[in-house]
Amino acid sequence: MRLEPIANPTALRRFGLPATALALTVLVASLLALLAGANPFATLGLILKGAAGSKFALLETLSRATPLIFTGLAVAVAFRAKLWNIGAEAQLYAGAIVTVLLGTGALPLPSALLLPVIALAAMLAGALVLLGPVLLKTRLGVDEVVTTLLFNFIMLLFVSYLLEGPMKDPMGMGWPKSPALEKAARLPRIVDGLRLHWGFALAILAAIAVWVIQTRTTLGYETRAVGLNAEAARFAGIPVGRVMVKTALLSGGLAALAGFSEVAGLKGNLTLDLSPGFGYTGIIVAMLALLNPLGVVLSALFVAGVFVGADSMSRAAGVPTYIADILTATALLTMVLALRLTRARIRWR
Amino acid sequence: MEVLDILLTASFWAAAVRIASPLIFATLGELICERAGVLNLGIEGIMVIGAFAGWMAVYLGAGLWAGVLVAMLAGMLFGLLHATLTVPFGLSQHVVGLGVTLLATASASFAYRISLPEVTSPPKITPFQPFAIPYLSEIPLIGPAFFAQTPLTYLAFALIAVVAFTLYRTPLGLALRAAGENPASVEAQGLSVTAIRMGAVIVGSGLMAVGGAFLTMSAFSSFFFEMVNGRGWICIALVVFGAWRPGKAALGALLFAAFDALQVRLQQTPMGAVVPYQVFLMVPYVLSILALILMSRRAEVPAALMVPFNKGER
Repeated sequence: MRLEPIANPTALRRFGLPATALALTVLVASLLALLAGANPFATLGLILKGAAGSKFALLETLSRATPLIFTGLAVAVAFRAKLWNIGAEAQLYAGAIVTVLLGTGALPLPSALLLPVIALAAMLAGALVLLGPVLLKTRLGVDEVVTTLLFNFIMLLFVSYLLEGPMKDPMGMGWPKSPALEKAARLPRIVDGLRLHWGFALAILAAIAVWVIQTRTTLGYETRAVGLNAEAARFAGIPVGRVMVKTALLSGGLAALAGFSEVAGLKGNLTLDLSPGFGYTGIIVAMLALLNPLGVVLSALFVAGVFVGADSMSRAAGVPTYIADILTATALLTMVLALRLTRARIRWR
Repeated sequence: MEVLDILLTASFWAAAVRIASPLIFATLGELICERAGVLNLGIEGIMVIGAFAGWMAVYLGAGLWAGVLVAMLAGMLFGLLHATLTVPFGLSQHVVGLGVTLLATASASFAYRISLPEVTSPPKITPFQPFAIPYLSEIPLIGPAFFAQTPLTYLAFALIAVVAFTLYRTPLGLALRAAGENPASVEAQGLSVTAIRMGAVIVGSGLMAVGGAFLTMSAFSSFFFEMVNGRGWICIALVVFGAWRPGKAALGALLFAAFDALQVRLQQTPMGAVVPYQVFLMVPYVLSILALILMSRRAEVPAALMVPFNKGER
């Protein structure tokens, strides 16, 4: 078989195929529920209800989407330049470390000044974490997929060391966790008593900012040019290496904001389970959004909804929460295939 | 001095060979995929599914070798998925690979939870036992290291030769390497690039899964969620370190495993009391990055690696 490009796909193709992908994902969900001995319709209903069935559920989904918007943006920015940053997890933790470092009384500033300072410092830390692998790529040609992946493991061990050593909470009863942030370093809640905090608003702002950068600035143009064809970009006089580094700084900074917002907005301290793989899930979020920064917000909400809904469904129906990971992975694979087939038809000879 | 003492014990070398075994399986698997032109980032997840499937089969009453077969088939199934999406459809190998890793890892966790809903500590199986080869295992130092291991380790080392021979001495190997260097030339011979690449990914994924199964069926006796712990990514680094050659890559795995065995032993020396244990645990990952940096200058990357092939297109 071979693929034959289609110049003008019909509306049926453009909407039907992604819809089919979504239907396939729902089908997989039903099969998994059956396997676990639960009623598929009830399971799907419970997931929906758990994700958006009440004010509490909806705010929980928004809260869970917050770090995913940041990591999704980080991945979208990098992938657009064909910079394969799989290390958002490490950059997230770098941001979290800096947030704890500066937010536990080191800076005697009022909240309105302290929070921006911490956020910027966190971004800087995340950017620096990605700078290493990117310089290795541009200077020595070392593949960044593997180096950024391996950095995730190194960073997690580093956090573990910090939490058992220099950053350990003396009042933590032996648990590996950091001291709590001072009040001035906490992002306030948007709705009193519920978990949604101003990190969510910051995430939306970040998405808009990235959209502006990508569509309205030179860097955005250069990034796209490098991503589409690095050789052609170089020939056109675009400094490919420098564009890569700038993109990396932006990407690492965005991922670090996820760590900042989780610590300063939600948890109030740093633990080893701060991120249940937000960095990796960010890849799914970015791909489902076709690397579009505004789309990232929507796909982060979708993915967060699946996870929050699955959590609540699991408590009620007993289907393991891992169903959420399977579903998001299935959605990713079926969606990339569907999008490929909107632009090409299969010829069987 | 402590290092020297450790290097002279037989148990150290035995541990190094044991640690190297799963890496050799998975590295050879990845190497076959990449030599045919496909980067398989599904490796991490495929190792997890192999570790789970093999162990589960034995736990449900299958023999050990049947368990290895089940692991391999499970790996090949995910390999088929990866191959279908990346080869005929030419989708991004990065995205599909990471997707397959997530899917395979989550599938293993899901299957574990629904088949063993009540257990708190993972049940154990009776794993492969060491089999001392007569006479050879009595050679000092080398004997216990290489000739008193479990059958799976012997299989790993035998596979190095099998893969090297197939790649360099058979028409199949030639076609496979050509698919990764110059796919158009394969097509000109009347062979199908699609078939060769898909076959390579499926077989390679089978080997990765056996590497995972080594963990649950030979190194340990139960399945834990985090047990593969980045070994797959390390194997990708080892393929680069080995310059896409089976012998060199396996040597790299052995060297790497020796460092890993060394850091575990150094933790128990006076040095381990001063240096935090996390630093020792970082060693494997740091070494992998160093290996990549060292080899970056003379990398002989297969020319068509990550380049999709669509018949009739130029």
